[in-house]
Amino acid sequence: MDFLNTHLLSLILFSPVLAAGIVLLIPKAKVSAIRWTALLSSLVPLALTVYLWTRFRPEQAGFQFEARYLWYAAIHSSLHLGVDGLSLSMVLLTTLLTPLALLASFSIRTNLKACLALFLFLETGLLGVFLTLDLLIFFVFWEVGLVPMYFLINQWGSEKGERRLWKGTMLPARTYASLKFMIYTMAASLGLLLAIQLLGVLFQDYDLPVLYQRWNALRDTSLLGLPVETVKRVAFWAFVIAFAVKVPIWPFHTWLPDAHTEAPTGGSMLLAGVLLKLGAYGFLRLVLPLYPAEAAHYASTLGLLATLAIIFGAFAAYGQKDFKRLVAYSSVNHMGFVVLGIAAAARAAGTLDATIALNGATLQMFNHGLSAAGMFFLVGVLYERTHTRNLDDLGGLFPLAPRYGGLLILTAMASLGLPGLGGFVSEFLVVRGAWPVLTGYTAAAMLGLLFTGAYILKAIKQVLHGPLNPRWAQGEQRLTDMQQREVLVMVPLLALTLATGLWPAWILNLINATVMRLF
Amino acid sequence: MADWSSLFVEIALLALGIVILVVDPFLRRGEKRRSVLGWLTAGGLFVILGAHLGFGRASENPMLFGGMVSADGLTFWFKAFFLFAALISAILFAENEPLQQRAEAYLLLLVATLGMCLMAAATDLVMLYLAIETTSIPLYVLAGFLRDDDKSTEAGFKYLLFGAVISAILLYGLSLLFGLSGSTALYAQRPLFTEFNLLSFGVLLLILAGLAFKVAIFPFHFWAPDVYEGAPTPVAGFLSTASKAAGFAVLIRLFVTAFPALSSDWSLVLAILAALTMTVGNLVALTQKNVKRLLAYSSIAHAGYALLGLVAFSPLGLASLVFYLLVYLLTNLLAFGLVTVVGQATASDELHAYYGLSRRHAGLALALLVALLSLAGIPPFGGFAAKFFIFNAAVESGWVWLVIVGVLNSIVGLYYYLNVLKYVYLYRMEGEDEVRHPILLPRATTVALLVLIAGVLILGTLFAPWFDSALRLASALY
Amino acid sequence: MHFPVLSSVVFLPLVAALVILTYRPEWKKAIRWTALMTALLALGLSFGLYLTYDWSAGGYQFLEKYRWLPALGIYLYFGIDGMSAPLILLTGVVMTTGVMISWGIEERPREFFAFLFILASGVFGVFASLDLFMLFFFYEIAVFPMYLLIVIWGWVKTREYAAMKLTLYLFIGSVVALVGALVMYWSSGLHTFDLLALERAAFSPAFQKVWFLPVFMGFGVLGGIFPFHNWSPDGHVAAPTAVSMFHAGVLMKLGAFAALRVGIMLLPEGAKFWSPLIMALALVNIVYGAFIASVQTDFKYVIGFSSVSHMGLVLMGFATLSEDGLLGAGMQMFSHGVMTALFFAVVGMVYDRTHTRHIPDLGGLARTMPLAAVGFIIGGLVSMGMPGFSGFVAEFPIFRGIWQTDRWWMALIAVLSIVVTAAYILRVVGRVFFGPLPETFAGHLSPINTFDKIALVFLCLFMVGLGFFPSLMTPWVQSGVRHILALLGGA
Repeated sequence: MDFLNTHLLSLILFSPVLAAGIVLLIPKAKVSAIRWTALLSSLVPLALTVYLWTRFRPEQAGFQFEARYLWYAAIHSSLHLGVDGLSLSMVLLTTLLTPLALLASFSIRTNLKACLALFLFLETGLLGVFLTLDLLIFFVFWEVGLVPMYFLINQWGSEKGERRLWKGTMLPARTYASLKFMIYTMAASLGLLLAIQLLGVLFQDYDLPVLYQRWNALRDTSLLGLPVETVKRVAFWAFVIAFAVKVPIWPFHTWLPDAHTEAPTGGSMLLAGVLLKLGAYGFLRLVLPLYPAEAAHYASTLGLLATLAIIFGAFAAYGQKDFKRLVAYSSVNHMGFVVLGIAAAARAAGTLDATIALNGATLQMFNHGLSAAGMFFLVGVLYERTHTRNLDDLGGLFPLAPRYGGLLILTAMASLGLPGLGGFVSEFLVVRGAWPVLTGYTAAAMLGLLFTGAYILKAIKQVLHGPLNPRWAQGEQRLTDMQQREVLVMVPLLALTLATGLWPAWILNLINATVMRLF
Repeated sequence: MADWSSLFVEIALLALGIVILVVDPFLRRGEKRRSVLGWLTAGGLFVILGAHLGFGRASENPMLFGGMVSADGLTFWFKAFFLFAALISAILFAENEPLQQRAEAYLLLLVATLGMCLMAAATDLVMLYLAIETTSIPLYVLAGFLRDDDKSTEAGFKYLLFGAVISAILLYGLSLLFGLSGSTALYAQRPLFTEFNLLSFGVLLLILAGLAFKVAIFPFHFWAPDVYEGAPTPVAGFLSTASKAAGFAVLIRLFVTAFPALSSDWSLVLAILAALTMTVGNLVALTQKNVKRLLAYSSIAHAGYALLGLVAFSPLGLASLVFYLLVYLLTNLLAFGLVTVVGQATASDELHAYYGLSRRHAGLALALLVALLSLAGIPPFGGFAAKFFIFNAAVESGWVWLVIVGVLNSIVGLYYYLNVLKYVYLYRMEGEDEVRHPILLPRATTVALLVLIAGVLILGTLFAPWFDSALRLASALY
Repeated sequence: MHFPVLSSVVFLPLVAALVILTYRPEWKKAIRWTALMTALLALGLSFGLYLTYDWSAGGYQFLEKYRWLPALGIYLYFGIDGMSAPLILLTGVVMTTGVMISWGIEERPREFFAFLFILASGVFGVFASLDLFMLFFFYEIAVFPMYLLIVIWGWVKTREYAAMKLTLYLFIGSVVALVGALVMYWSSGLHTFDLLALERAAFSPAFQKVWFLPVFMGFGVLGGIFPFHNWSPDGHVAAPTAVSMFHAGVLMKLGAFAALRVGIMLLPEGAKFWSPLIMALALVNIVYGAFIASVQTDFKYVIGFSSVSHMGLVLMGFATLSEDGLLGAGMQMFSHGVMTALFFAVVGMVYDRTHTRHIPDLGGLARTMPLAAVGFIIGGLVSMGMPGFSGFVAEFPIFRGIWQTDRWWMALIAVLSIVVTAAYILRVVGRVFFGPLPETFAGHLSPINTFDKIALVFLCLFMVGLGFFPSLMTPWVQSGVRHILALLGGA
């Protein structure tokens, strides 16, 4: 028991890798064994996370369940793990979504073993970012998570479609998407890498708590022949760009529609559900604590970009013919709220508004994770049956698949931010917190919210209502309703989002306790 | 009382020569004759060499026979070199068609060797000239020994003519020296050269020309390629090694013992000559299609490298020079021995005869690898150690630019040596029929070649005893 | 206790080579198995050396000193420190995997393995030498077999040209360094070639400034320093697989290592003076190498140029003369060595089956050789410095080292190589291993054999193991670095 408590975080972190190893050993032919081993072993981190949740004490300041393991002593980096409310909610999200993504991927036919193993490797990559308190380890897991996702999109992504690379080279759409995803993110992370190198050299330590203190204490001196303030400013933007690409913040979002659209269903679930949150988490864990002054200074820029993301994301989603791409743009739209909250918190650090805004941002991260995963899953369900994502080809499907229809409407409402469901609470908090701080932008964001409703309803209408396309009514392509497995994927998501909508305190208490002390 | 034991090598050589002459008429033509003559010569040389190494010792009294000869370390070592070279050459003669039957060939070899031994020992002007002529004349004849071969005749003639002219110049120089100093003893020439003096400069120039010819240094190297190409291959081998070494022995004797005071002036001249020799030798070798000419130019270049030791003009320099000559002797004998074998088997000395050699006889190819890489200066063969030490000595005496020229030249050399190896290992014979055209090695030659290979390897790795002896020799000379 | 381990490691391959040369050419099985047994023995010895080296004590261990030519101060002097121990291990690894990969050589295997082992002996000798004469001795022994190996067993189109170019370039480099070494020998006044003694010889700063550059650049040629790197891509491509593995995996490290040993450690003031220039040249290596690699259409040329880029990182690490930089360089030598050995092994497997290296003509090979594909992907991740693998563990400290100099802005330029590398690696992987399998190959491609698989897994273990547990090697390298820093600081 004691072992469990001391090493709880590393168990959560590494159990997926162990699971992946076991899955890889199962012979290729035993499909059923592969599926169930993967699924059941992915429940282990979830169970451990729930256990962690129960043992976590919100009222206690600082990080809990800290553990430190030797890693790269020569450059003063150690595997330092720890959770607070912020990371715990993200860990829960990740460990919840992974089994669901695995469950969603049961329908994969080719190379199932490799696919499921990659999901498990991906889980560790994602968890690592959330659990670590060492800057170098943060970067390690940040980059490492890219590799499984690259292969998931590249190998199991949508089979149709082509894109032009340059000078007339045509690539399959999924190759294009995965390459763009990887290179874009890596390129953006270069600045982050450089800044981390500099910090490490400067302080001979990568421990985050130490860095918070010492980096902030560095003032009024010169560094590398330049005033420290200049260096800090450049480093701030280096960090911001890396995270901005991930979140994504407009205009660094262009990788997202392709990646989300071409990824396999499970991949999209995790991509939208968790990967985007890595960026936002980076803002919260690194940018705000390390660069409070610069963040406050540039808060309005961030706010502007956030608002643009909300508005343009919504407009772009509205204009989509491809259902999945529509949902992809909806992610841009929703993550905009997160960034708006962060921007407001940066500007008004230490005030109640800031706290509220941050609460909202964090909760929005959680909620969007649930709703986006749900939406992508439902799109995937439909695609598997109809082999099209084109909204024009669909229509009037409600009578044919009432279960599907019901779940789709519910999830869409969650995405829309209907009161009673989680999205409302988080968006409300963000707006409430940002209004006094970044009034103009918040007002504009409301406009965006209007259009959010528009595109969601449009999507529902084009899929479920309206004239039925006879293709789906009979014959080979007759639409079948959702099966038990598929419903099982949706249930936890909807249950949680409902719970959050009706009784947000279950998670908000945790988040609030941490956020209050973030400044 | 004259110390005859110091001359016992020369006497023994003479005796052996007489024995050969005497035995010759009693042998019938045919197989028996070939092996008897050959074995007799080789066996005799082996015994003499053994006796020399075992009992010949540097005498306490360096000046003997009224100052005509000396028996110091220099003499001891060089005599051993010459005897060894003659021994190997005799074995090669014995397997070489036109030479093996003729007793004259062996006799000439022995007389030339005798002359060389005297060259190494001479400490008197007259003795020196006598020795040089005793060496050269048999060599002229040997070079032109193949009467039916135009190239050989041409080679002999060229060698004779040039040699004679240079010999006359040398004699002139030596006689002027005598006239100036009033004595024929080498040591008596010292006072003449304590300071720079136009007359002595001119005299030295004449003498140097003669010796440069012998050693084949620029600008008196031009005879070598033609002569080496035309002469029977074993003769070329002997010429390129022993004869050159003899020339160096005299140079050492002259510069170190007779004219040391001029070292600083002459070093620059020698350095320039060395640089030119190395460069000319290596550059022209690049264009050669005949392996004997290639080796000839390579030998010229090596004389250039060796000269660095003299330029350094220090005990280390001399020791390195002697060591270099030893390594060079073994390596070049090996090379020419291999050329002899291949030349016999393929009736050609052109490079294309070497295509596919590795498939016809893997051992020969490996031996050629040893020889060529040693010439290039690659470890673990003797050539590396030799070059290393000589460059080392040159750097010690401050001749860094010359060493740079030397190392760059080594690169050029490496190029053409590797090319030959490429032909041996990569290229194929016409018709790619190597399996059916193996090359047979006679036993005696195999032994000789193996001894040489072993020598090259030992000198490349376990060089300490040899180099230490060379150092002792050098310091004794100072 | 006093078993001469280092001499055994150094001379074992040479002895084996001579033994193999006595076999008849038809005894192919005996030749191969002798070679493998020797390689495994060498591997075992090098592993033993690595594991028993006491890095907390540091310094030179396993010393063996035999008088060789005392008159000139030449000793047969062997010893390893924290920098050379991993390299000895690397040589053993590459030797073993090289033999495994070469199992299928049908053309004169006797000469092939003999020359390969002479090469191996030379390499071991340089890493273990603590005498300057012996260093050159073994250095040149390591170079000449390359000529024969490439010319006889290499790619028919360019082998003659590439082999001669390689040999001449490497020789010019080594003789230039030789002149420098001789000058150092005399100038020290110590009359010894003992490297440890020469480390303590106080050369005047002016002397060091003049002679550092010829010595460092002379050896740097073998390390592939710009602008003398030109021999490397052609040499890599023309060479047969195992020779490419040796060449890029170990030989280039030989050059860098000798540059460190003789250049930086013996002439520290010179190193400090010339550091900016070397850093600039290394920067060109890193970035230019990556860009050139990305436009290649020949599979092997991609990897050849990527080696130029990665050796640039090693040289950069050296040039920063900082603790982190040197640490990273030491790690990178090992990491890149293993990675590039794997790359060339896979390229060899592909070429042996498809008889083409033209990337546009390849595709879908993951289906017929999945393990090779995975191996190549892991190698590729190492190459782009992906955290979790040995490449990141090596590159990161090098960048830290750059930040610690006055030319910290070079780090900003050097990072570009990471993204460029990622781009071309992903492109090559996608084109060669994924996508459709061309018609011509369908049904004709045999899977890789057991030895190939063992070699691949073995190499991957190092790349992944070091990535997860850098502490498996960093203490060794650190102890070596401490000594170097002492030399740099004290001078």
